[in-house]
Amino acid sequence: MADDVTQPRIGVDEWVASVEGKRERYRGPVGWLRRGWDSSPPAARLLVFVVPAVIFPFVTSEGNLFRYGLITLLYALLGLGLNVTVGFAGLLDLGYIAFFGFGAYTYGYVASAHANHHWPAELAIPLAIAVAAAVGFIVGFPSRRLVGDYLAIVTLFFGQAFVVFVNNANRINFWPFNHTDLTGGANGLDNIDPLNVFGWKVNTTKEFYLFTLGAFLLVMIVLYFVSESRTGRAWKALREDPLAAEVMSMPVNRLKLMAFVFGAGIAGFAGAIYGSVQTGAFPGDYDIGLLITIYAIVILGGAGSLAGVIVGALIVNGVPELLRDSNQAEWLFYTALVILVLAKVRPWQKLVVVVGGTLGLGFALHAIADAWFPRWTAGQPNDGKLAHWVSHWMVLPSHATQLANWAYVLTIALILVLTLLHGWWRTIVFIPTIYVAAFAWENLLVENTAGATRFLLLGALLVVLMNVRPQGLFGTARVEIV
Amino acid sequence: MNWSLFWDLTVSGVTLGSVYALVALGYSMVYGILKLLNFAHGDVYMIGAFMGWFALHWLGGPVNPSVTAGLVVVFMFVFAMLACGGLGVVIERFAYRPLRNAPRIAPLISALGVSFFLQNSALLLFGANFRDYDTFDLIGAKTYNYKDIFLSVPQILTIVSAIGLMVGLTLLVARTKIGKAMRATSFDREAASMMGIDVDRVIASTFFIGSALAGAAGVMFGLVFGQIYHFMGFLAGLKGFTAAVIGGIGSIPGAMLGGLLVGLAESYATGYLPQGSTFQNLYVFALLIAIIIIRPQGLLGKADVNKV
Repeated sequence: MADDVTQPRIGVDEWVASVEGKRERYRGPVGWLRRGWDSSPPAARLLVFVVPAVIFPFVTSEGNLFRYGLITLLYALLGLGLNVTVGFAGLLDLGYIAFFGFGAYTYGYVASAHANHHWPAELAIPLAIAVAAAVGFIVGFPSRRLVGDYLAIVTLFFGQAFVVFVNNANRINFWPFNHTDLTGGANGLDNIDPLNVFGWKVNTTKEFYLFTLGAFLLVMIVLYFVSESRTGRAWKALREDPLAAEVMSMPVNRLKLMAFVFGAGIAGFAGAIYGSVQTGAFPGDYDIGLLITIYAIVILGGAGSLAGVIVGALIVNGVPELLRDSNQAEWLFYTALVILVLAKVRPWQKLVVVVGGTLGLGFALHAIADAWFPRWTAGQPNDGKLAHWVSHWMVLPSHATQLANWAYVLTIALILVLTLLHGWWRTIVFIPTIYVAAFAWENLLVENTAGATRFLLLGALLVVLMNVRPQGLFGTARVEIV
Repeated sequence: MNWSLFWDLTVSGVTLGSVYALVALGYSMVYGILKLLNFAHGDVYMIGAFMGWFALHWLGGPVNPSVTAGLVVVFMFVFAMLACGGLGVVIERFAYRPLRNAPRIAPLISALGVSFFLQNSALLLFGANFRDYDTFDLIGAKTYNYKDIFLSVPQILTIVSAIGLMVGLTLLVARTKIGKAMRATSFDREAASMMGIDVDRVIASTFFIGSALAGAAGVMFGLVFGQIYHFMGFLAGLKGFTAAVIGGIGSIPGAMLGGLLVGLAESYATGYLPQGSTFQNLYVFALLIAIIIIRPQGLLGKADVNKV
């Protein structure tokens, strides 16, 4: 191994690791913020989130409230549930989205014209939670004795089986279903009722937002107390070392199953709300893409941290949404790039090399392309002043899509390489990375931030995070004791 | 009993089983040596299928290849295996090696990230449409039969080359120096490194071999079933897992047996169980659950004793 940071630090435990990190963390303005955060009581911390969240629907448009507010909240609610299984108990649940789907389909089944039931939400939502939790129990039960790895396989397969099932459950012709149309098949359930909670019809985006916010806060507060309770502490002990926990006479299997079922129940809750927001439940919504999104949220925020889930959801859902407006995206990208370079490249000699090298490389390539391959600079820059300036530095081929796709994948590969390099090598590789990233940006991403590129980014994010900062933004650093 | 249907299902089950067995071998070898479920393995298999397709088209395509069909097939296999082996080594170096001493869940999440990365890279770079191997034009539709048992040329090719690769692997692990080093490393990594075994190199070569087998499996799938696409690795990966678990994860003969069983189970489910062609995956899932309940260490695996 190249550097000794990756070596196990024998006998160093969580507490020592945190003390070591403190010297680093508590300096400068960021350190001041951190001190304030650490010393404020949990209720005050919650207010930091609640106050803006309550004001938000009254100052923004309906569309923005849906894109930034409601979807982020639903993701965060899902993240809370996953945080119990992955963050508290350390179980890798890869079928999590299926429980979300069970919630949505259960709610849809009892509250739509499909089977002609119209249950009020105060009955339908508990039913959705109960069904998801019961399914969680059934799935978790056979895997409870097994090592974490088996649980991952079983749940991953289960998630896939769920998608197959809902896609085809409208035409099962054998016992016990015999031609009952359970899920509407590939077309899904549509015209699901709006939530009707004790006579309050939740219908507009604003109402949905407020209802979800309430649900989220409820779950958050319950989870806070659960995590501080005997069970919560037992889960964390289990996560750190199942064997030691068992020796301490903790009922390991029951605790595991409990965490699993708890997470599934929260997913069912989120699913019921989501089904009502969408006014439908469609098989394609409950696939692996959403799973990765929620994992990215939990891991980015820091597994085991409740505040981290909110921040993770804001970043994972908010940033791609912000990037949809190309002019705004352009500024955002280059500002982020400049901040990144200023913050990460030290000392100033290296900074000079990086900035000079990047600019030099760009202008040199542009000049070469202009002189010999005019086709390479024939592309049209995007709208906006910044894009116009950039077009003097960046080569813009006329038909760039395929090339930009490769550049994009190359960027992410280069970033992965960067995380492993140190010293001057890192500085040198940094220069082409910036250029290739900007190239992919100019030619591909400004146009297209949805679909494959987004998921690709999330996949890479997981790898980079695991390598660079496995505890995420808000998690506590842990060092394996050998 | 309809014997011709039975034999048809058996033949397609064995073919499918050979593909799954090759995928399962990669999982099992990596698990044996690192105790890590390599979720990205299914996607390496997918990349293998694409590499085979590209190799085919560099040699002039299936309709009029620039060399004879036999050579084309050999080249497809070799190219896909080398490319996938290299990919496996790169994945290990960047996604797993830095995490060798991290908490157990970290490399699993990293593996999930790699899998998603590969899938969506393929979607972005190769497009969302199906690619066709077009084996009919390349090899022809000739079949051979013994009484009721009909075998097409790609099926024979798949079964024979899978057996060949497995025999080769068994010999490699049992007889060569690197095989001995692999066994030692999987038995006890620290002790092996103290005995002067370059553990990093052994792990890298394990990844190379496992991924190369997955690449070969990808090409086989393409030859037999014709169509490949960017998402094919996910299901195949799941089935490969299932096969490895059923056979006993970490055990090489177990992976072969498990692959064969999963292939046969899927094929018979399609033919005999109610709505089998729709719900075959659910039936395989039920099989997995049943095995986990009845015999969690798998058919040929040894029960794991937790050492402290």
